[in-house]
Amino acid sequence: MARHVIAPVSEMPPGTRKFLTVDERPIAVFNVNGEFFGLLNRCPHMGAALCEGPLIGLAQSTTPGEIEYTKLGEIVRCPWHGWEFDIRTGQSYCDPRRFRVKAYAAHVEPGASVVKGPYVAETLSVSVEDDYVVVEM
Amino acid sequence: MTAPIAGGVDCDLHPAVPHLTSLLPYMNDYWRDQVTTRGMTDLLSQSYPTNSPITGRADWRPAKGKPGESVDDLLKHALAPFQTAFGILNPLYGVQLVFSEDMADAFCRALNDWLVKEWLDKDARLRGSIVIPAQSIEKAVAEIERCATDKRFVQVLMLVAGDMPLGKRHYWPIYATCERLGLPIGIHAGSNYHNAPTSVGWGSYHIEDYVAQAQAFQTQMTSLIVEGVFAKYPNLKMVMLESGFTWLPSYLWRLHKFWRGVRMETPWVDRPPIEIVRSNIRFSLQPVDAPPEPETLNRLFDHMQSDELLLFSTDYPHWQFDGDSALPEGLSPDLVRRIMIDNPHATYARLKDSVAKETTP
Repeated sequence: MARHVIAPVSEMPPGTRKFLTVDERPIAVFNVNGEFFGLLNRCPHMGAALCEGPLIGLAQSTTPGEIEYTKLGEIVRCPWHGWEFDIRTGQSYCDPRRFRVKAYAAHVEPGASVVKGPYVAETLSVSVEDDYVVVEM
Repeated sequence: MTAPIAGGVDCDLHPAVPHLTSLLPYMNDYWRDQVTTRGMTDLLSQSYPTNSPITGRADWRPAKGKPGESVDDLLKHALAPFQTAFGILNPLYGVQLVFSEDMADAFCRALNDWLVKEWLDKDARLRGSIVIPAQSIEKAVAEIERCATDKRFVQVLMLVAGDMPLGKRHYWPIYATCERLGLPIGIHAGSNYHNAPTSVGWGSYHIEDYVAQAQAFQTQMTSLIVEGVFAKYPNLKMVMLESGFTWLPSYLWRLHKFWRGVRMETPWVDRPPIEIVRSNIRFSLQPVDAPPEPETLNRLFDHMQSDELLLFSTDYPHWQFDGDSALPEGLSPDLVRRIMIDNPHATYARLKDSVAKETTP
């Protein structure tokens, strides 16, 4: 497993997402309230660019009419058919046993440790003063 | 044909009320006078026009009167040939059609009392469904509670096409009462004609109404599932009567497909619709709407991944089959036993209660 440097943290404020191709795989990295998530940008249903869909919360209910709404901004809804996926785990909510999208761990690393490596940062120049978003895949 | 086995349960029999005056002994003085002085004679629904072939099989039609109005005929035509252990009576009389909830209530009470005295008391194999004035929830619940003390009532009967979609919370007190009392809700083909009998308006011919019943059942099942009736009342059973069932796989595929995309609108639907159908909804056998090839029918059971869905019925006196070939070709002996005995007993818990009562001195 390689660790890929995606972007300086300053370029990905909360609420943004970045699309890129790593090792020929289309992925997206999300910043949700300061927490970073990586996800394969391909819906396991029909192959849509899943990560272009809206980020919503998770609606659950044990009593009709009473909705518990959690995980705000952590559910990506596929733009083609509306299926929901948890960006933390990649699990789907309509058929969790059969459908899951690949999730990649993402986090922030200080530039000093990134410079030391081993990291893959093909297109970035890394400086020790900045913090960087790193995805493991 | 597939041979039936003895000891089964016929889940859809239709005793006919000969005439509205047959119910007079079961009405109070006020309603008896109302019926008499207004000159009300009969409450015929266009769901089963008297002379339509489907309304009564030729060899089951009496010389005089309505098909299904004689207890002896029903026992001889419908129970004896199949050595049926229990027959569940679902009266389809026009009492649910009247717009006055007070009149509907009075007529439903009379009909239920008539069923006890003129039918259930006449033969120990007979069981009944409680007919309710569904436009008044309060009165419907009171009537269910009144009748339910007689364990020979094993079900509550509603029409598939009433005033509103059946999943609406308006109806939930009925469902709560039924779940508490162990009464499944039988939803029978037919309309109270408060709305057009098809979803696109009024047709010209009886066949349009009859064929459209399957769409009404689909619409009601969607309503019941997405409104969360079975999330709220997980032990409630519903039985679709005279609904047909071969439309289930394509209908459920469609419902499942769209549920996947809009799950968050009804998050109380926390499992695929087909699983809810398998746990809570059953279907009467007749009319079988499959082509006669056995492999077609068996493919349906494969699609549904269940052999617990169908309940034996003759739909007497409606003309759905000839002779005693009520069971379609190609059913395995195991499936015949499930359809005729196991599945009805698993659905109608009160069948066991009434057996116990009879064997207790």
